[in-house]
Amino acid sequence: MCVDISYTIMNCRSEVLEVSVEGRQVDEAMLAVLHTILLHRSTGKFHYKKEGTYSIGTVGTQDVDCDFIDFTFVRVSSDELDRVIRKAVAEFKDALGNSGSDGMGQISLEFYQKKKSRWPFSDECIPWEVWSIKVNVVNLANEQERQICREKVGEKLGEKVINIVEVINRHDYLPKMPTQSEVDNVFDTSLKDVQPYLYKITYQITDSLGTSVSTTMRRLIKDTLAL
Amino acid sequence: MDSDLSSQDRKDLDKFIKFFALKAVQVIVQARLGEKISTCSSSSPTGSDWFNLAIKDIPEVTHEAKKALAGQLPGIGRSMCVEISLKTSEGDSMELETWCLEMNEKCDKDIKVSYTVYNRLSLLLKSLLAITRVTPAYKLSRKQGHDYVILYRIYFGDVQLTGLGEGFQSVRVGVVGTPIGTITLSCAYRTNLALMSSRQFERTGPIMGIIIDHFVERPFTNMAHMHPCSYRSPGEDEGGTYAGIEDSQEVCTTSFSTSPPSQMVVPGKEGGVPQVPAQPNHGTAAEHGRVPSCPNGQSPQPAQPTSCSSEVKTVFCDALETTFTRKVGAFVNKATTQVTTTSLDLPFAAFAPRAYDLEVNDPMVHPPPSPAPSSPLQGSLHSNSSSHSGGQPQDDFVMVDFKPAFSKDDLLPMDLGTFYKEFQNPPQLASLSIDVSAQSMAEDLDSLPEKLAIYEKNIDEFDAFVDTLQ
Repeated sequence: MCVDISYTIMNCRSEVLEVSVEGRQVDEAMLAVLHTILLHRSTGKFHYKKEGTYSIGTVGTQDVDCDFIDFTFVRVSSDELDRVIRKAVAEFKDALGNSGSDGMGQISLEFYQKKKSRWPFSDECIPWEVWSIKVNVVNLANEQERQICREKVGEKLGEKVINIVEVINRHDYLPKMPTQSEVDNVFDTSLKDVQPYLYKITYQITDSLGTSVSTTMRRLIKDTLAL
Repeated sequence: MDSDLSSQDRKDLDKFIKFFALKAVQVIVQARLGEKISTCSSSSPTGSDWFNLAIKDIPEVTHEAKKALAGQLPGIGRSMCVEISLKTSEGDSMELETWCLEMNEKCDKDIKVSYTVYNRLSLLLKSLLAITRVTPAYKLSRKQGHDYVILYRIYFGDVQLTGLGEGFQSVRVGVVGTPIGTITLSCAYRTNLALMSSRQFERTGPIMGIIIDHFVERPFTNMAHMHPCSYRSPGEDEGGTYAGIEDSQEVCTTSFSTSPPSQMVVPGKEGGVPQVPAQPNHGTAAEHGRVPSCPNGQSPQPAQPTSCSSEVKTVFCDALETTFTRKVGAFVNKATTQVTTTSLDLPFAAFAPRAYDLEVNDPMVHPPPSPAPSSPLQGSLHSNSSSHSGGQPQDDFVMVDFKPAFSKDDLLPMDLGTFYKEFQNPPQLASLSIDVSAQSMAEDLDSLPEKLAIYEKNIDEFDAFVDTLQ
């Protein structure tokens, strides 16, 4: 049921994880996965010194207990980053709820590098790693099922963490450490305590036909133009 | 093999491996303390945070790790292992998992030591942080305190996995290639917890007098090296620096270069490297099997936890003593007894008279009352037992017929326990015990026409019945 896929296209590594959760578990499940990835893809703040050297700040970590899942995950100690991720997850959850679909969607965490282009072209964003988490929301009938779901989803999330660690551990492509002038093309330097690689979070809601909404829109437009 | 590695690189690599091993042990043991761990990020490097990660150093754990390493480094054929096991209040114990830091012969000559290896070791520590919360022992360790405690043991040499039972699983945390070999970090964990589901440890007393005796008995000599996963929070100053590594010479490299490696700057001894405060009576730690105990009344260094680490609390008393209350059956009025692990070097130490005072009033010594007692009776049993603390002589066991709470004798002529036992083995159904050989197939077939005739006669009845169903 939960098939995790890994593939590479154009030097961009893509990982797909799937989870089935109950409605109130969506937030915590997404936070657990996204924070686990970001833990591995964040460093301390860089401090550049003269002679082309730099030092790296310290990253703290903290345990987070889930309320609706029997699971604890580790995130970097950065309230700023946590707020950003929570906001994105909340938007995703709202979209899932409002879509009227069967509760299927996908949230993607994409790490990219910026490539500066000359005017009039805008900067290119070149992804080098994309994590997609497919979510399937289930409805449960009674408290007993919910209790079982708490434990089962906890176990599944544990498996996802192990999968994530496995992928990270392959030590595949990572952007080269940048010089001071290039650091904003590789890292998100906007936070004051940690420095994740440049990332963006997007999501898609799948309608009940199994096609994503964006695909449907594209098809509609294509069909209209073909007439 | 090492001729390609410069002496500086080799020195750095050895240092990285040594501190990686020490930090990995800290992460593993801290993950089994039973509490949530929290450390602060700091944008200014202090020079004592190895691998750019804020991982506290519990002095006792560092001490044990260094003792196990005995000046050596993990290498090919020399693995460093941290064994996590569980010990119940009845004295039974069971190995839960073994974390292994090993090295194999596969070398990566081209890898840059001071940069790539260091960063990959940092990544590996982050993976270790994540994975330690995922193995089954994590949940068990979060619930420790009343019925059981989690212990750790560090050893060096050959990996021993036989204590994990059959069907143990293995998870690989990660690998880092170096010019002298590939470092691998993995965990083998017991899966056969069926005899000991985590629910069993939420009970506060034995049920129906069943004694849990399914565990591997550890010989007492081994027990001497086990240490409870608990500690006293070290004194910290406001700057957020951590009780650092004892050797102030070992400052970690926190400076990197975007230009060729030859220009790398290594910070010297920066002023901020804290010394480990001297531990009272720590010198006695070397005594075989004895865990150092703080004399009564002497408080540890003034604890000034920073706001982010205030969640980390001392669970047990400031010495590495574990105290648990011996459970007795319900309705027993005898005072309870307490066992500590400090006297484990004596066989049958639990029966020896205690020679020292326990800290009676220290709230840390007595586990707080059960957070969710399943019945008011059991809740009061707990508070009853915790008020009878040290200084009591060891009492003999009194066998009492266990009466489950709220059982009523007048409804059933027997009590719940006997009822349960009897009906666990019900007699076989009469229809199943008919001697089949007495009837042959031929006889069955012969009796068929008769049966058909009867059914045909009563066909109207059957039809009427079917109609009522529709």
